[in-house]
Amino acid sequence: MNAHSESIALMHKYLDGDLNKTEEQQLQGHLEGCEDCQAHLRELRRTIALLQSTEHIEAPVNFADKVMNHLPKEKKRMKYKRWFKTHPILVAAAVFFIFMLGGMFTDWNQDSNLQLVVSKQENLIIKGDTVIVPKDVVVDGDLLVKNGNLIIKGVVDGNVTIVNGELLESNSLDGEGLMASVGEINGELKTVNRMFDWLWYQIKSFFSGVFSTD
Amino acid sequence: MDQIIREKIREVKKGDQAAFSDVVEFYQHKIYQHCYRMLGNAHEAEDMAQEAFIRAYINIDSFDDGRKFSTWLYRIATNLTIDRIRKRKPDYFLDAEIKGTEGLDMYSQLASTDISPSDKVEGIELQRYIHQEISELPPKYRSIIILRYIEEFSLQEISEILDIPLGTVKTRIHRGREALRKRLRHV
Ligand SMILES: [Zn+2]
Repeated sequence: MNAHSESIALMHKYLDGDLNKTEEQQLQGHLEGCEDCQAHLRELRRTIALLQSTEHIEAPVNFADKVMNHLPKEKKRMKYKRWFKTHPILVAAAVFFIFMLGGMFTDWNQDSNLQLVVSKQENLIIKGDTVIVPKDVVVDGDLLVKNGNLIIKGVVDGNVTIVNGELLESNSLDGEGLMASVGEINGELKTVNRMFDWLWYQIKSFFSGVFSTD
Repeated sequence: MDQIIREKIREVKKGDQAAFSDVVEFYQHKIYQHCYRMLGNAHEAEDMAQEAFIRAYINIDSFDDGRKFSTWLYRIATNLTIDRIRKRKPDYFLDAEIKGTEGLDMYSQLASTDISPSDKVEGIELQRYIHQEISELPPKYRSIIILRYIEEFSLQEISEILDIPLGTVKTRIHRGREALRKRLRHV
């Protein structure tokens, strides 16, 4: 390593704040007698100054919204939780109703031990713990299934609520592949599987019953 | 701010997606700028910056609360951009700019590399010239130069972001500075 390249190495250490006293004196000594190295250091400093002078670039206007829209859906449970957090009055009301209605807990526990319950039975097929709305069958009004699964090949003209079970795709039983025809629900589908959801469902039904705001 | 971000991350970890939007708001310009400087064009920068936030969200459980979130986020963004540079078709650059995304079009880009050393470049031209020279550095020097001089991280922080030894960061920043010095000395 010749004197110049040694001094250049020291310049970089200097720029990174890594020079000790001896090295500092060594660099200074060389710079005093070497115009090339003086120019070199000047250019390095100028380069850094140019880099630091670059304008700040901002993200496009809707960037944050786009990111949020591309995130995978959050778990339902959390939505409820957050909703409760931002609606403290309703939480208070909920607690009140839990005491008021008290029986809800026992309802739940009893239900869990109970067998399959279906709100209406006409024209529906029941296989084990699965309720099937056959093709060409139209259920007129809301349908509630407790402690069982539901397959809809026909049409439900109302809301569907499944407690402690789930909505199965019809293909999972008859193996027709993904293209198997799926029935229709002309209302809202609710699946209630956990205690929390159950309470939520109860409270909501209570509210819609009392104030019919839904 | 660190404290607020830490709190937001904790909420995100608990499953509160809305808390993540504050995190995005806070870091969006920094991460976008980082991707823009790394990739050299706005179109890819937006894609990769978006992807960086989405990956951070999906992998939030693997983020160690004891560490700095920004370090982790910059690492994700840097890895994504370097990956993108590797996968680029050789003619990507020209194609992307012809489509009329923000920045330089093909012709001015070619022109800017042809600027003769004696030409005086100022203002916007100068900005473009510096930007161009940064984006022509090999990625391993580019990332360090950007993190050090545009985003103002310490060498120690850069070593953590890139997960490489401090000594390597120093060697690379020396080489990066020398490469740029040669290109910018006449400006
Ligand atoms: Zn010298």
